[in-house]
Amino acid sequence: MITKERIEDRTIADLLQAYPFVDSFFNNNTLEIEGKESLTLSQLFDEMDEEEREDRALDPDQFSAQLLEFINQMLSFLDEDNSVQSLTILPGTDKSGNPEGFTELVVRKSEVISIVGATGSGKSRLLGDIEWVAQKDTPTSRQILINDDLPDTSWRFSSSKKLVAQLSQNMNFVMDLSAQEFVELHAESRLVESRDEVVTRIIGEANKLAGEPFTPETPITSLSGGQSRALMIADTAILSKSPIILIDEIENAGIDRKKALALLLSEEKIVLMATHDPVLALMGDRRIVIRNGGIAKVIETTEEERTILGKLEELDRTLLSYRTRLRMGESLLDD
Amino acid sequence: MNLVTVSGPPSSGKTSVILKTIDSLKNRGLKVGVAKFDCLYTDDDILYEKAGIPVKKGLSGALCPDHYFVSNVEEVTQWGIKEGFDVLISESAGLCNRCSPYIKDIKAICVIDNLSGINTPKKIGPMLKSADIVVITKGDIVSQAEREVFASRVNMVNPSAIIMNINGLTGQGSFELSTLIFDEKDSIETLVGKKLRFSMPSALCSYCLGETRIGESFQMGNVRKMNLQDKTDSKGSAK
Ligand SMILES: Nc1ncnc2c1ncn2[C@@H]1O[C@H](COP(=O)(O)OP(=O)(O)OP(=O)(O)O)[C@@H](O)[C@H]1O
Ligand SMILES: Nc1nc2c(ncn2[C@@H]2O[C@H](COP(=O)(O)OP(=O)(O)O)[C@@H](O)[C@H]2O)c(=O)[nH]1
Ligand SMILES: [Mg+2]
Ligand SMILES: [Mg+2]
Ligand SMILES: [Zn+2]
Ligand SMILES: [Zn+2]
Repeated sequence: MITKERIEDRTIADLLQAYPFVDSFFNNNTLEIEGKESLTLSQLFDEMDEEEREDRALDPDQFSAQLLEFINQMLSFLDEDNSVQSLTILPGTDKSGNPEGFTELVVRKSEVISIVGATGSGKSRLLGDIEWVAQKDTPTSRQILINDDLPDTSWRFSSSKKLVAQLSQNMNFVMDLSAQEFVELHAESRLVESRDEVVTRIIGEANKLAGEPFTPETPITSLSGGQSRALMIADTAILSKSPIILIDEIENAGIDRKKALALLLSEEKIVLMATHDPVLALMGDRRIVIRNGGIAKVIETTEEERTILGKLEELDRTLLSYRTRLRMGESLLDD
Repeated sequence: MNLVTVSGPPSSGKTSVILKTIDSLKNRGLKVGVAKFDCLYTDDDILYEKAGIPVKKGLSGALCPDHYFVSNVEEVTQWGIKEGFDVLISESAGLCNRCSPYIKDIKAICVIDNLSGINTPKKIGPMLKSADIVVITKGDIVSQAEREVFASRVNMVNPSAIIMNINGLTGQGSFELSTLIFDEKDSIETLVGKKLRFSMPSALCSYCLGETRIGESFQMGNVRKMNLQDKTDSKGSAK
């Protein structure tokens, strides 16, 4: 931890040297530091007259306080071990107030859990409970433990230390950037050190997941649905710091879902997946059945069910190959 | 009564988030009202009424909406107390990037959306920088990576705020916000004596007073000229 007085009396150059990430802080707070590196922060503010400070809505006290907060956050982000070995869900009540049908559910890293249940049954609420690290303070009264222990409140409130990353159904990009620039930007916000290497790896993995390859120079807004999804999954698997991934249905179109899950698991994530698709549901090690807002049961995927999965995957592949052939302009009757 | 000020750029999702959050507050048995401030036009009062929420609206017309807000907020507070609300939420459109309606010791929430672009946090002034809670909406239509990048930019301009992602359509995250809004010990009787978090400069020039003619001889008061010379002096001009 560093203190406020010490920050105000340090030169800009010194701050940049000690904490390279403050460069983007100055930039995002529109403080121009070029050519002023030899000044201390308070000298820099003293240089501006009242009018300029007022025009730019710069309040020196607030600025230093926020800078200090930022530096302390980043230091703890870089240095903390945020690894999550396990996630425990303790039962609450369903919508009618009846206790849930399980005693304790422990999920370990590199495990996939699928969540099934009718529309409105409470799947999103369960995902919400996990994201908020519920402590009997949500409508379900569930409690979430991390590594078998009461979780630190920073899981709730810190923006750099998020427990959960979410792959939503709509996977659109809105930024006007190439795939490479986009991943670089994300890597920068995560303070990744070997940036080039990570970027190359993400685009490589994404290309393995997507049916049709794309280049680092492709603008993200012109990626196909499958390519976007592939890039998003590879990016989340490799760059997101969050140990838990929530998935709201990965659609089938143009992406190898088995490989996608394998990639997430190889990065030691815990994966929870709400789905109506039998192939995905059976890919889970276990599945949670939700009814009337409560977890009604937890079913272990058995060997027998896995045999069915084999058949379903076979069907899936047949479907996919027909689709590809149709796209290529072939007849489905040719051999 | 607790007063909570909500502000944010137009169409960022303020009304949607407030409506969903009030649902959760009502479930706890709290009585909630809304005061809506806007510039020229708003339909929000109808939305609140439809949801059975008592609402008052004020249009600032030609004035800066935040200036108008401060001039009326005490009266609105007294209305809320008279109505017996537990929580009064003010919604104001952040149309002036220089001003913000936040008051010291009164909870301040800024709502911005993921679609506004990653350079937006940098452009929004005190409305974002001095909020206690920043709500980011429309995460459902962008990627996880974009959500993370956007949140990290917000964190950079306001590291001490609590940043929450809320979906204004489904309300996901609004229950969580509702738990941060009401606190018995934040109760107030009046705002008299309290101060704004950030001063609001008054840009009084002849045009503020109704002048319509163009030309130097019609310009009086606080007039400032752009620097159109080639880059020699950089004061005030962006790089
Ligand atoms: N145990 C519970 N107690 C009280 N309310 C609950 C409980 N579980 C869920 N709810 C409420 O029920 C509503 C519907 O739940 P939710 O949105 O999670 O359903 P869903 O399974 O995600 O539906 P969909 O398939 O439509 O996405 C929500 O308002 C949620 O807060
Ligand atoms: N997709 C999506 N749309 C949203 C979300 N939040 C709000 N909207 C929509 O954005 C528009 C503007 O929202 P509104 O609440 O009126 O914004 P306000 O002007 O800030 O009060 C409306 O059409 C909302 O339905 C969200 O999280 N996701
Ligand atoms: Mg849902
Ligand atoms: Mg509105
Ligand atoms: Zn203003
Ligand atoms: Zn004027």
